[in-house]
Amino acid sequence: MQDDDRLNRFRSEIRAWLEENCPAEMRDGRITDDAICWGGKNWEFSSDAQRSWLERAAARGLTVPRWPAEYGGAGLSRAEEKIFLEEMERINARPPLKSFGISMLGPAMLQFGTPEQKRHYLPQIARGEIRWCQGYSEPGAGSDLASVQTRGEDMGDHWLVNGQKIWTSYADKADWIFALIRTDREAPKHKGISFLLIDMDDPGVTTRPIRLISGASPFCETFFDNVKVPKDRIVGEANRGWDVAKYLLTHEREMISSGGTGLSGGRALGAVMAQMAGEPSAQDPVLRAAAIRCEVDALATGLTIERYKDMAEAGKGVGNASAMLKYMGTELNKRRHELIMSACGSAALEWDGPVGNRAADWLRTKANSIEGGTSEVMLTILARRVLGLPGA
Amino acid sequence: MDKLVKSEDEAMLADNARGFLDEAAPVRALRDLRDAGRTHDPALWRRICDMGWAGVLIPEDAGGADMGHAAAGVLAHEMGRTLACTPFLSSAVIAATILRRIGGERAKSAMAAIAAGELTHALAIDEAHKFAPEATAMTAERHGNGFRLSGKKCFVVDGGFADRLLVLARTGEEGLTLFDLPADRAGITRTAQGMIDSRDAARIAFENVEATGDDVLGQVGGAMTALKPGLEAGQAALAAEMSGLAAGAFDMTVGYLKDRKQFGQPIGSFQALQHRAAHLWCEIEVTASAILNAGRVLDTDPNEATLAVSLAKARATSTAQLAVMEGVQMHGGIGMTDEYDMGFYMKRARVGSEWLGDYGYHAEQVAALRGM
Ligand SMILES: Cc1cc2nc3c(=O)[nH]c(=O)nc-3n(C[C@H](O)[C@H](O)[C@H](O)COP(=O)(O)OP(=O)(O)OC[C@H]3O[C@@H](n4cnc5c(N)ncnc54)[C@H](O)[C@@H]3O)c2cc1C
Repeated sequence: MQDDDRLNRFRSEIRAWLEENCPAEMRDGRITDDAICWGGKNWEFSSDAQRSWLERAAARGLTVPRWPAEYGGAGLSRAEEKIFLEEMERINARPPLKSFGISMLGPAMLQFGTPEQKRHYLPQIARGEIRWCQGYSEPGAGSDLASVQTRGEDMGDHWLVNGQKIWTSYADKADWIFALIRTDREAPKHKGISFLLIDMDDPGVTTRPIRLISGASPFCETFFDNVKVPKDRIVGEANRGWDVAKYLLTHEREMISSGGTGLSGGRALGAVMAQMAGEPSAQDPVLRAAAIRCEVDALATGLTIERYKDMAEAGKGVGNASAMLKYMGTELNKRRHELIMSACGSAALEWDGPVGNRAADWLRTKANSIEGGTSEVMLTILARRVLGLPGA
Repeated sequence: MDKLVKSEDEAMLADNARGFLDEAAPVRALRDLRDAGRTHDPALWRRICDMGWAGVLIPEDAGGADMGHAAAGVLAHEMGRTLACTPFLSSAVIAATILRRIGGERAKSAMAAIAAGELTHALAIDEAHKFAPEATAMTAERHGNGFRLSGKKCFVVDGGFADRLLVLARTGEEGLTLFDLPADRAGITRTAQGMIDSRDAARIAFENVEATGDDVLGQVGGAMTALKPGLEAGQAALAAEMSGLAAGAFDMTVGYLKDRKQFGQPIGSFQALQHRAAHLWCEIEVTASAILNAGRVLDTDPNEATLAVSLAKARATSTAQLAVMEGVQMHGGIGMTDEYDMGFYMKRARVGSEWLGDYGYHAEQVAALRGM
């Protein structure tokens, strides 16, 4: 009861705060890449509203609601964070900031970083000052990520890094990269990797954009040519980077999976069906049946995300659960966008046509079951680690 | 609302239930019952009532344990795991919930009789081959001070042996009325249906059956006031039973994948089967969330539970069907034999899918409530 009172008070506070601080232009529920602020040194704000929304949210710790206040967060409990998100959804607010620093590096640094590193890097992420990208995949190391070959030679006070990453999302826009670098070539493959932090402005770092099927070009090849990385720019111990990498992946997978059920994604299909009410697709019983089935699965998947968070909070081990959520959430999201395309019919076949850029969104979801570990890799993880089935 | 995690009490209840059922009601017991040509095991139900399970939804002042719908779901899940053959859903969940909603001294003594295992009830609703309570055609004509019931019901689960029948009938212009009748009242004829799941169900004919105002549950024309919560409680518990059934079939299957060898290795080392099994596990996990949520919503906000309940029943139906299909497939030939237990799971999954509304019925409920 006392808890309820406290949470109700928190709700009124946050509601009042949002009322006062979230600019009207930021209340259109848009979550596409062009609508949301990703931050970084080179970020060009699309409007004054976008800038002040970021600044106000960051000042209140609400770009990273659950991080401790000393690192730029608001120190919210999960129940409070849920209320914050509900209140955001109520007014259709865009998130003030989105970044790989928030969803990937931050959680790993909170777990593995030194106190100095946390104090230095985390507030910059929270305020949207530094934008990070993820240097995991290489041409020869995709699903078999632990076979990365980009190498870092120990030169005493620094590592000398040479090699190539690929599929590095936003490498051309990022300020820094966190990368898996082989620092011991003799050790077994999981035991010779370090998790290094590299400034994209350092001499020897270059990027080359790659065009996607959606026409956008959000990811790159990233090259390291005799890049000097000082010894303190490492998270965790040397050659123990795989532990950090795996931990980060669980957060990345949760982030990707929630795309299928999260704030706006979960309502997208119903909204499109409603929008198409007068159109022929709304009368198509086959489409309607598939849409309803998708809705049933989306609601249950959303509850599962809740349940797993509740379990984690109750201290019940949910190791490898992120693989399940990643697999189910992304496959669901792909299904949903197929249905959205069907509901829109030929109206969705133009780039930026009468129903917006549905085609680009649809194409983008195809990557959900690849990035962060493919669906097949998720199923193998579950089969081995949860079901205890034997290796081949 | 309570969290979507089993409470300590619920976890303990599940452990105790599992221990008891593995010993007292393994699938073997259902097989023996079937081979003996019976559809009900009074001795098992007696033991279950002695443990207090029949009173799970009955208030303490009526001799129940009043543990709530999430707890009833925990018990139903465990009973589903071993396919325990009991009237738990008909009597302890559906009838108990209806009587509780009706309230009053008579309902209280009826609940006490359910909790003590002295009476069993069955719900007589279906008339055609799909669940559609609103389409009820059976009539209850006013006659003197009372009513005369005429019509036919089918798929009355546990109706072959129940002591009392809860009967839905149409009263002229007034609408649907729920009657609570002794099963041996003059004019009632019960015919056993030979069900594929070896459980009890009956076809029941009503020929000018006399009923008094005392036999009416709630208001004339107001059946749904008490019936709706009863149905929703039953649907949620049936969903929980089916999730237990899916888990039981799944455990057998994973066990088999580890034991059975072909090409010199356990078949569970083949990635094609690993991925099928892992996918099935994911579906079971997602459905588990919908089931627990339905129990929680019924316990906290019972008048707004339709979405949660229909979501649970829809998901449980599709997951149980997948679990038994994959179960048979991954067992190969042995899965098709009567000697092996998987067939019992498959047949119960089919019956559970139809009972109290199939996938389509519940998915439409979800769609309507989501404005689709
Ligand atoms: C849009 C997008 C953004 C990305 N962003 C980043 C980023 O920012 N940083 C980064 O480091 N990486 C990023 N990636 C890369 C992504 O993590 C890899 O693409 C992914 O891990 C798969 O590797 P791969 O492409 O080499 O495919 P492969 O590993 O070659 O896989 C090809 C196919 O084989 C299957 N397969 C492979 N191994 C097995 C196995 N053992 N059993 C069964 N099937 C198997 C896969 O499931 C897949 O279907 C991004 C990818 C995309 C599409």
